Amino acid sequence: MSHEAVLHGHDDHSHEHHDTFLTKYVFSQDHKMIAKQFLITGMVWAVLGGLMSVLFRLQLGYPEASFPWLESLLGKWAKGGQITPEAYYALVTTHGTVLVFFVLTAGLSGTFANFLIPLQIGARDMASPFMNMLSYWFFFAASIVMLSSMFVETGPFSGGWTAYPPLSALGDASPGSKSGMDLWIIAMALFVVSSLLGGLNYIATILNMRTKGMSMTRLPLTIWALFFTAVLGVLSFPVLLSGLILLIFDRNFGTSFYLSDIFVNGVGALSNEGGSAILYQHLFWFLGHPEVYIILLPAMGMVSEIMSINSRKPIFGYMAMLGSLFSIAVLAFLVWAHHMFVTGLNPFLGSVFVLLTLLIAVPSAIKVFNWLTTLWRGNIRFTPAMLFAIGFVSLFISGGLTGIWLGNAALDIHLHDTYFVIAHFHIVMGVASMFGMFAGVYHWFPKMYGRHLNNSLGYIHFWITMAGAYLIFWPMHYEGLAGMPRRYFDFSIWESFKQFAELNRFISTVSMIVFATQLLFLMNFFYSIFKGRRVTTKNPWLANTLEWTTPINPGHGNWPGEIPEVHRWPYDYSKDGVDFIPQDVPVGADETSH
Amino acid sequence: MSLYLSIAIIALIFVVIFQIAKASEHVSVLKGEEESRKQSNKINGFLMVAFLVLGFVGVYVCNEYLFSKTLLAQPAASVQGEKLDEMLWVTLAITGIVFVITQVLLFWFAYKYQEQENRKPFFFAHSTKLELIWTAIPAITLTVLVVFGLRNWFFFTGEPPKNAMVVEVTGKQFGWIFRYAGKDAVFGKKYYKNIDPATNAVGIVWDDKYSQDDILTEQTMYVVKGTPVKLIIGSRDVVHDVGLSHFRLKMDAVPGIPTTMWFTPKYTTKEMKEITGNPNFAYEISCDQMCGNGHYSMKGIIEVVDQEEYDMWMAKQKPQYYTAFPEKDPTAVIVTDSTAAVATAKM
Repeated sequence: MSHEAVLHGHDDHSHEHHDTFLTKYVFSQDHKMIAKQFLITGMVWAVLGGLMSVLFRLQLGYPEASFPWLESLLGKWAKGGQITPEAYYALVTTHGTVLVFFVLTAGLSGTFANFLIPLQIGARDMASPFMNMLSYWFFFAASIVMLSSMFVETGPFSGGWTAYPPLSALGDASPGSKSGMDLWIIAMALFVVSSLLGGLNYIATILNMRTKGMSMTRLPLTIWALFFTAVLGVLSFPVLLSGLILLIFDRNFGTSFYLSDIFVNGVGALSNEGGSAILYQHLFWFLGHPEVYIILLPAMGMVSEIMSINSRKPIFGYMAMLGSLFSIAVLAFLVWAHHMFVTGLNPFLGSVFVLLTLLIAVPSAIKVFNWLTTLWRGNIRFTPAMLFAIGFVSLFISGGLTGIWLGNAALDIHLHDTYFVIAHFHIVMGVASMFGMFAGVYHWFPKMYGRHLNNSLGYIHFWITMAGAYLIFWPMHYEGLAGMPRRYFDFSIWESFKQFAELNRFISTVSMIVFATQLLFLMNFFYSIFKGRRVTTKNPWLANTLEWTTPINPGHGNWPGEIPEVHRWPYDYSKDGVDFIPQDVPVGADETSH
Repeated sequence: MSLYLSIAIIALIFVVIFQIAKASEHVSVLKGEEESRKQSNKINGFLMVAFLVLGFVGVYVCNEYLFSKTLLAQPAASVQGEKLDEMLWVTLAITGIVFVITQVLLFWFAYKYQEQENRKPFFFAHSTKLELIWTAIPAITLTVLVVFGLRNWFFFTGEPPKNAMVVEVTGKQFGWIFRYAGKDAVFGKKYYKNIDPATNAVGIVWDDKYSQDDILTEQTMYVVKGTPVKLIIGSRDVVHDVGLSHFRLKMDAVPGIPTTMWFTPKYTTKEMKEITGNPNFAYEISCDQMCGNGHYSMKGIIEVVDQEEYDMWMAKQKPQYYTAFPEKDPTAVIVTDSTAAVATAKM
C-alpha cells in the first residue's frame, strides 16, 4: 500500500498552482498551514481560558475584595467589582470546556497530527486535504458559536463542563441553562464533526500513505500516539454527540430521556417521568474518559520522540512503549464509570471498574520507567523542548500516582469532587499535556516557520511554569484531604473549609504569575515567526525522522524531489558510535542489528 | 488607575526580560553558538538537581503548614472513616515511595547525564528482563491495593446492620430536607407531584396510612452516636450530593432514582468540638455535585447526640401531617372555625 502512496506522490509534486492569499493562508489545504491554523486558534483559546481561570481565582483568593475594573470589564456580571456567582460558574464551566476540547484536543492533536503525520511518514499531504480543511473550519465555527454564547443575555452555560442534566436541561434551574446552553451544545456538535473529519483523515493517512520502507514498526512513536488518539476520538466522540442530541430533545421537545420526578422551585412539578439522569453520565463519560487519553497520548508520543533525540539514545523499549500505548487506548474504553462511583452505581459493577482502572497504572508505569531508562547514560541536551519533556514526565508521575487513590472506589467516596480531584487531573492531564504541547512547539517551531524561538525566554518560560504548576496544584491535595468541594464560589460560610483562605490567596497569586509567564511565551512565539534567528541547516536537532530531510521551508508537497525511502527505525542514535543515522540512510553491511 | 499602573509595570518587565533574552542571543552568536549552548546546558543541568532538592523542601514545608488543616489531623468520625483513613495511609505510603524513587531518578539522571564532551551515550534499545520487572512489580502492588480497596468498598456499599435507624434525605436547590419515619418506622409513600414547598416539601401521599406520623425537618438532621444510620437519598430537582467529609462519605442525590449510604457515627458533635479544639465545630453536609448558582451555599448540619438527647429532640417533633392539616392535630389548641378555614384554604 505504501508503494501506491509513493507512486501517487510522484505526479503530485509537479502541480504548479498559484496561491492567492485566500488559498494559502485561509482556505489552505496544505496540512502544514492547517496545523498552524489549529495551533494559533488553540492559542487564542488558551489565553481566553487561562484568563478565565485568573478571574475565578481572583474570587477564590480574594472573596472579600472589590475590584472596580472588573465591573468595567464584565458589567453586570461583576456588580460592585465583585464577580457574581452566576459569572463565577460561567467562568469555571467555560474554562473547563475550552481547555479540554478547544485547546488540549483541537489545539494539541489538531496541530501536531496535521503537522507531523505527513512529514514523519513521508507523505505529500493528508489522504484528503479537503476534508482536513473542513475539519479546521468546523472547529472555527464551533469556536465562534462558543464565543458568542458568552454574550447572550442570560449568560453562557454555567453547570460545569460535564453538563449533567437535569441542571443542563432546565433553564428554570439555572439561567446559564437557557439559550447559553443551546449555543454550548451547537458548538460541541460542530466540534465533534471537526474532530471526526480530522480523525478519519489521520487514520487513513497513517495506514495508506506511508513512504516506501516505512513499515508500521518503523513509525516514530509520535505517529503511533497520534494514531491511537485518532482511533479513540473516532470511536468515542459520536457517543457524546448522541448524548447531546438526547439532551436537545429533553430541553426543547418535551422528551424525558434524562428527566424524572422533578419539582423546580418557583415553577412546580414537571410532567417528565421515567427518564434517568444517570444515563447521560454514562454517555458523557464514555467519551469523557477516552478524552483524557485523547489529550494525553499525543503529548506522550512527542515526549518520547523529544527525549530520545535530546538524550542521543534510542527510546528504551520501543515495542513496550507501543504496547503500553495500545493497552492504554483499549482500557480507556473500559473505565468510564470510575467517574461515577458515588452515583449509586451497582457495587459489583463498581468493583469491576476499580480493577480495570487500576490496571491502567501498569502500562503507565512501563512508560515512566522506559522514559527514565532513556535518560540513563545518555548525553542530554537541555533544549527548551527537552526541559518540557522532562517536566511532562515529572508531572505525569505526580498526577498519575494520585490516580491510584481516586481509581480505588473506596477512597474515591471520600475524595470525589473535592480539590484532590482538581489537583489530580490538572497535573496529570491539564498541565502535563500542556507541557507536551509546549515541548512540541519548541521542538518543531524551526520546521514550522524556518526560524528559532528564543532559547533564554524558553528557559525562563519552563522554570517558572514548572515551579508554578507544583505551587498551584500540590497544596490543593491538602484541601481535598479536608473534603473541600469543587465548584464553590465562596468558602467563608463553611466551618470545615474556611481554614484555607490564606492558601487560596497564595494559589491565586501564583496562578497570576504563571499566566503572565505564558504571555511571555506568546511574545516569543509571535516575535520569532517574523524576527527569530533563521534556521541554517535542514536538521537543527540532528534527528532521524523524515521531516528533517525536507527543505528548511518546505512548500506544499513537502519534498521538492522524490519522497525519501526509509531503511531503518527512527531511533538509531549513538549506534555503533555514530551520533545519529537518519531513517533514509540505507543499512550498512557491517552495521550491528539490535 | 492602579490597574493600568500594574499593567504598565508588567508590560515593562516583559519588555526588559525580552530585550535581555534577545541580547543573550546576540552574545551567543558572537561567542560561538556551541560555546553558549554548552553553558546554558550546564545551568539547566544544575537547575534540575536544584529543583529536586527545593521540591522536596517544598513538600516538607507544605506538609508542615497544611497537614493540621486536613481531616487527617483528627480522628475519623465514623467507623467507615477509620477504615478509609487506614486505606488512605497505606495508599499514601505505597504511592509516596514510588513518587520519591521516580522523581529522584528523573532529575538525578537529567543532572548526571547532561551533555559532556567525552561521554559516549549507551545504545540501549530494550531489555526484556527489565521490562518484565517493571510490569510485574506495579501489577503485584496494584493487586494488593485493589484487594484492600474492594474489601472496604463492599463494606461501605453493603447492607447496614439490622439496628440501623433510617433517615430520608432530599436535596433541593439549595438546601436539605430530612424525613423520619415516625413511630411506625415505615415511610409513607411519596409522589413528586404532591410537593408543596410550604407544607409538603417531599410530596408525601397523605392517603397512605404510614405517612401520617412522618416527621420532616430542614437543614439539621439528628442522629445517635454509636447507632448505624442509613440514609435514603433523593433529590427534588437537579443532581446534588450528600457530602459528609468528617464521616469520609458521600453519595449523589439523583431525582427519580433513590440511592443509599450508611455510617456509624463515633463521636457526638459536643465530643468533636473538644477533640478538634474548635468550639464552632459542626458536622456539615456539603453539596458535592454542581447544582446551580447557589451550590456553594447548600449546607446542612448533622447533630450527633446521645440516645437520651435524641429521644428528647424526637419527642418535640410534630408529624408533618399536622402541619399540613392543623385542624386534625389532637394536641393543637382548639381553634375557632374561621382560623381552621383559613388554614385549610392555604393548602
